[in-house]
Amino acid sequence: MTPRHSGEPASESDRPASGSASREAHSMSTISDAQDSSFSLTTDRRPFLDVRGLKVHFGTEDGLVKSVDGITFGLERGQTLGIVGESGSGKSVTSMSLLGLHRRAGRSGKGGAIMSGEIWLDGKELISASPDELRALRGQKMAMIFQDPLSAMHPYYTVGMQLIEAYRVHNKVSKSEARKRAIEMLDRVGIPQPDSRVDDYPHQFSGGMRQRAMIAMSLMCDPQLLIADEPTTALDVTVQAQILDLMRDLQREFNSALIIITHDLGVVAELADDIMVMYGGKAVEYGPAKTVFSAPEHPYTWGLLSSMPRLDRPVQDRLVPIPGSPPSMINVPSGCAFNPRCGYAELCGRVSAHGPDVCSAVVPELIQTTGAGRHLVRCHLPADVRRQTFDEEIRTHL
Amino acid sequence: MLTYIVRRLFAAVGLLLVVALITYCIFYQLPLWAGMSVNNLAAEFVGKSQNQQAIQGVIQRFHFDQPFFVQYYDYVKAIIVGDTYSDGTQLVHCSAPCFGYSFRNTEQVWPTLLDRFPVTLSIAIGAAVLWLIVGIAVGVLSAVRKGSVLDRTVMIFCLLGVALPVYFIGPLLWMLDGFPGISYNSFLGDPIGWAQSLWIPWVALAFGYAAIYARMTRAGVLDALNDDYVRTARAKGLGDGRVIFKHALRAAVMPIITMFGMDVGAVLGGAVLVEFTFSLPGLGELAITSLQQSDLPVIMGVTLLAAFFVIIMNLVVDVVYAKFDPRVRLA
Repeated sequence: MTPRHSGEPASESDRPASGSASREAHSMSTISDAQDSSFSLTTDRRPFLDVRGLKVHFGTEDGLVKSVDGITFGLERGQTLGIVGESGSGKSVTSMSLLGLHRRAGRSGKGGAIMSGEIWLDGKELISASPDELRALRGQKMAMIFQDPLSAMHPYYTVGMQLIEAYRVHNKVSKSEARKRAIEMLDRVGIPQPDSRVDDYPHQFSGGMRQRAMIAMSLMCDPQLLIADEPTTALDVTVQAQILDLMRDLQREFNSALIIITHDLGVVAELADDIMVMYGGKAVEYGPAKTVFSAPEHPYTWGLLSSMPRLDRPVQDRLVPIPGSPPSMINVPSGCAFNPRCGYAELCGRVSAHGPDVCSAVVPELIQTTGAGRHLVRCHLPADVRRQTFDEEIRTHL
Repeated sequence: MLTYIVRRLFAAVGLLLVVALITYCIFYQLPLWAGMSVNNLAAEFVGKSQNQQAIQGVIQRFHFDQPFFVQYYDYVKAIIVGDTYSDGTQLVHCSAPCFGYSFRNTEQVWPTLLDRFPVTLSIAIGAAVLWLIVGIAVGVLSAVRKGSVLDRTVMIFCLLGVALPVYFIGPLLWMLDGFPGISYNSFLGDPIGWAQSLWIPWVALAFGYAAIYARMTRAGVLDALNDDYVRTARAKGLGDGRVIFKHALRAAVMPIITMFGMDVGAVLGGAVLVEFTFSLPGLGELAITSLQQSDLPVIMGVTLLAAFFVIIMNLVVDVVYAKFDPRVRLA
């Protein structure tokens, strides 16, 4: 695992700026281990993208929706972070807020997003940045690939026009120069006959082609941070693999930081260096992809892995879905947000030193596990019990 | 594209024939079916001089003594090739397109229609430009400022615009302007006088339409602002103006194109209320007076002309729509 993260990965979600007290209480071997083992080279320097205690809340008629409730992560150029979770876990809101695409709430707290925390991109803080500053960065320094390329491209304009527009908004060049660049990029993402396809409309492209064009559009200005929000969900399985290959190649070529947001663990397994599993607006497990896949420690991650179909498994084996549905973001369950759906809450109550109701009473913190390497888990189960449970009950089903 | 238009024009002719048939049935056959004698029906056309000779002339003129389909065939034929007939006292030639002869006005119908049309056209053009521009501008503004005082005020005005009839707003404006003379001046002769004398009818007519267009634009833009491609446009780093006008409005304007074509078509067939309110001698006013006088040939003429405009504007809408939406292929 290459070192890339700065310290403070474990700031507690409810108190992002002042998590030190709680961290001390829980740390023991956690933070210092983490820093020693993998953060030593970068402790003095911010990573390229540094998100700290990001909260995105929305004031609605029904109450405050805490879509993202304190997440912290870092990402260097050339690295890939996979954010995984069910619908409504806050992963898309996270990506939108990085680009500053949420309309900000007024003083009344209504009509938009209430954002707090810090987003540092290449040394610039984005939450306090003005709309114009953000606009200048969008498409230029950070770009986004959306889920459904058919609806994400304007149906009435040619693909070329939309690429040219993306280029010219940040670069003072003539139309013909921008067009040349558009053809070049379409060629680069593997669109055949780009110099004639450039004048086609999105509906004249196939699904995979459209997503390629979408990727070309996001790369027009050579962005250093690329966010792909469910980039393959709307595509055929065969095309998915092509698109993922393409994204990996392009990321290497452009040396950009890549965030892939998905509910599909297969996608992040292909691409991601790091994985952050989100549930109820919070990160529940965060670590290197290899670790999260080989030794996941959060019951929710176990659930995601168990519900993934595998070809190398007997057909008789049934998939194990996670019972229940994602929590309401207004009335988030007390304590651990996952506890009503968690099969281990009872076990946790029995073995925990904090009493039988710990899961529904106390919000667990995202802390370093006792294992080697940086690996953070938000669960009340003691680490040794988690590992034992995984080895004995879960691994055999995967 | 050209074959499409030609085919649509043929279809339009067919549709007009059907409209003519139905109208013809209503005005010339329904009274007979309802038990009216041919003599009495013919007497309707003669006007004040109720002599038997004139009535016989009318019966011959309209071929009331012939079977229904012969009557209808002759009516359509006259429109295409013209007709020569006796009005009871003398032979009259009516060149194509011959919509017949108005015994009330003692005039042929087609020249009357031609005479009235510029008035209606003037009212339609002025009002349409006004309501289109104002409606879209106001709609965009209130969509962008959704929920603001401006938005709410505009929406109240829109409600008023829909609720208040032309014959309320028209005289109100007329009064506020100090009762200026309202008459029709030919645009070609006196463009400034043309606009000056017609601005009140324009505003009166456009107010209601503008209200509807503003609401449609507002809803459309608000819808589009939530669409994925607008999010993409913003993610590209485009400014608000470009996002709203180039991306959101571009999509929102499509249903408005459709509606605009239909509305203009309908108004061209006679802006009945506004013409009647201000006694402007247009097609709508002609329709009302001829209805009051049971002047059937004129009613037929106005109806067919109105149908013609609606059908033609429909065709124009389809062609324009295909021009604006690349996904639509005309075939």
